[in-house]
Amino acid sequence: MTEAQQHIVLETKNLSVGYTSKKGANVIANSINISLHKGQLVGLVGANGIGKSTLLRTLTTVQKPLQGDIYINSKSIMEYTTVELAKQLSLVLTEQIASKNLSVFELVALGRQPYTNWVGNLSDTDLEIIEQAFQYTNISALRDKKCYALSDGQLQKVMIARALAQDTDLIILDEPTTHLDMYHKAYILKLLQKLAKETGKTILFSSHEIDLAIQLCDAMIVMSSTEVISGTPCQLISNGTFNTLFPEDLIAFDQTTGRFTVNK
Amino acid sequence: MYIKYTYPFLSLIALLIIFFFVNISLGSVSIPTLEIFKSLVGNIENESWQYIIQNYRLPKAFTAILVGSGLGISGLLMQTLFRNPLAGPFVLGISSGASLGVALVILGSGLFGGVFASVLTSKWSIVVAASLGSFLVLLAVMIVSSRVRDTMAILIIGLMFGSITSAVVSVLSYFSSAEELQQYVFWGFGSLGNLSWNELLIFFLIYTAGIVMTISSIKGLNTLLLGENYAKSLGLNLKQSRLIIIIATSLLAGTITAFAGPIAFIGLAIPHMTRQVFHTSNHKILLPAVFLFGGIVMLICDSIAQLPTSDYTLPINAITSLIGAPVVIWLLTRKRKMFF
Repeated sequence: MTEAQQHIVLETKNLSVGYTSKKGANVIANSINISLHKGQLVGLVGANGIGKSTLLRTLTTVQKPLQGDIYINSKSIMEYTTVELAKQLSLVLTEQIASKNLSVFELVALGRQPYTNWVGNLSDTDLEIIEQAFQYTNISALRDKKCYALSDGQLQKVMIARALAQDTDLIILDEPTTHLDMYHKAYILKLLQKLAKETGKTILFSSHEIDLAIQLCDAMIVMSSTEVISGTPCQLISNGTFNTLFPEDLIAFDQTTGRFTVNK
Repeated sequence: MYIKYTYPFLSLIALLIIFFFVNISLGSVSIPTLEIFKSLVGNIENESWQYIIQNYRLPKAFTAILVGSGLGISGLLMQTLFRNPLAGPFVLGISSGASLGVALVILGSGLFGGVFASVLTSKWSIVVAASLGSFLVLLAVMIVSSRVRDTMAILIIGLMFGSITSAVVSVLSYFSSAEELQQYVFWGFGSLGNLSWNELLIFFLIYTAGIVMTISSIKGLNTLLLGENYAKSLGLNLKQSRLIIIIATSLLAGTITAFAGPIAFIGLAIPHMTRQVFHTSNHKILLPAVFLFGGIVMLICDSIAQLPTSDYTLPINAITSLIGAPVVIWLLTRKRKMFF
């Protein structure tokens, strides 16, 4: 591993996530120690309701951690201002964008907001980076289309291009493959793999596509009801981590093929 | 990338100038067009014509432009802020709030009686009451909308404020005199022609404050098109931007209602008409376009209200409703294409 690849972009130290209510803290997951390196594609997997979204919401400062710290490029995320953080971390969320009357170009260009002046004028550098985002995601043909005219798969590519235009070291995507057909699921994840490799950005996504994630990710974070484990897909397979993912009455993980099979 | 908007903008500016002249040419006293031009450069022989143009028609035409553009822009701000294509000063109950303030002052003054009453019904107390009323309603809508995520609920709450207003007005009118009632009803018709140059100046200053705040929010408004979570992830200070947009809206909608009465549908319809023409949601384009569009439509509405060649003047509020309501119905029936 070269020195550049060893650079840690996102690190959590003894993080616990959950909700605080009047009755006290409701801990969803604790002792989370993960570190994501530069240029890695990292998949976050776990059963429904296990707390993937809560973890992502905490990592993206939507909610506060119950305990522990989160560091982006060795600086605690609490110490970043919103604009500074916007230059470090970009998001692709599950929620729909509010106005679909935007053109694809306008939407991708909004990714430059943290860098533009008070009225949002695009400089030559901004235009160059937007152009690169179009190239990487292969959506140049969609440039002048309105967002309401796009299919789910196209829109997801556009949202990824917008995150790229934000030019951050870390991109976090919340379930980028839901609502997509099998081809587009593979397409989007393959695209993320290519982007991590070619741009050196660290990409973290949550997904239910465990098979695909095993094949494409550099590292994976597996959330089960008892613990949060991270490692390379190979390590996780040989440690038998995937077996703990679901109750074993219905599906089981086959270590030789790297897939889940239905018990017959 | 903005070159394609040059012609639409030039045409709108031309239309604004044309309808400005059409507007000051029309009125119950007919003045030849040539004399109108002469009066504008200041050498006209007929002194009464000069007086009519300088002290009545010109301030009225300027008021029309400020009212139309201001209402259009406040509607645009609310549609973006509330992520709802049906938002507007009238629908969200802001005009109702102003009406309630004015009703309390005009109709309620009888309850206070004496010298106090004459102070209360002066023009300025009406302006203050309307501004306060609209600001309070907007604040209430804002507080509700921060708790209720459902934007439909916010619109229903706006409607409820309308009902409360009309209920309070009914109660008050039961106890008030015929003159007071008449004064309130006439205020409700809306009027562009009651402003002196001094009043127009104050109106213009507050309007400018609202516009400056709006212009400073252009970037934030564009970011809000993605939704609040994305806006925050792009480094937008949500609380601050929201507050600035709210204050700008209540300054614009509040003072307009105060000076010109509750004018319906312009705030809701103008931004949609503009989007139909310019096919964009980019506020850098929409703001100046809504300004021009709002001014033009209001000048047209006022020209129609003059009932050219007759001595009558129709209530401006009726004209804007006659034009605005069909636009809203048309938007609703084409719901698939309704964007903001």
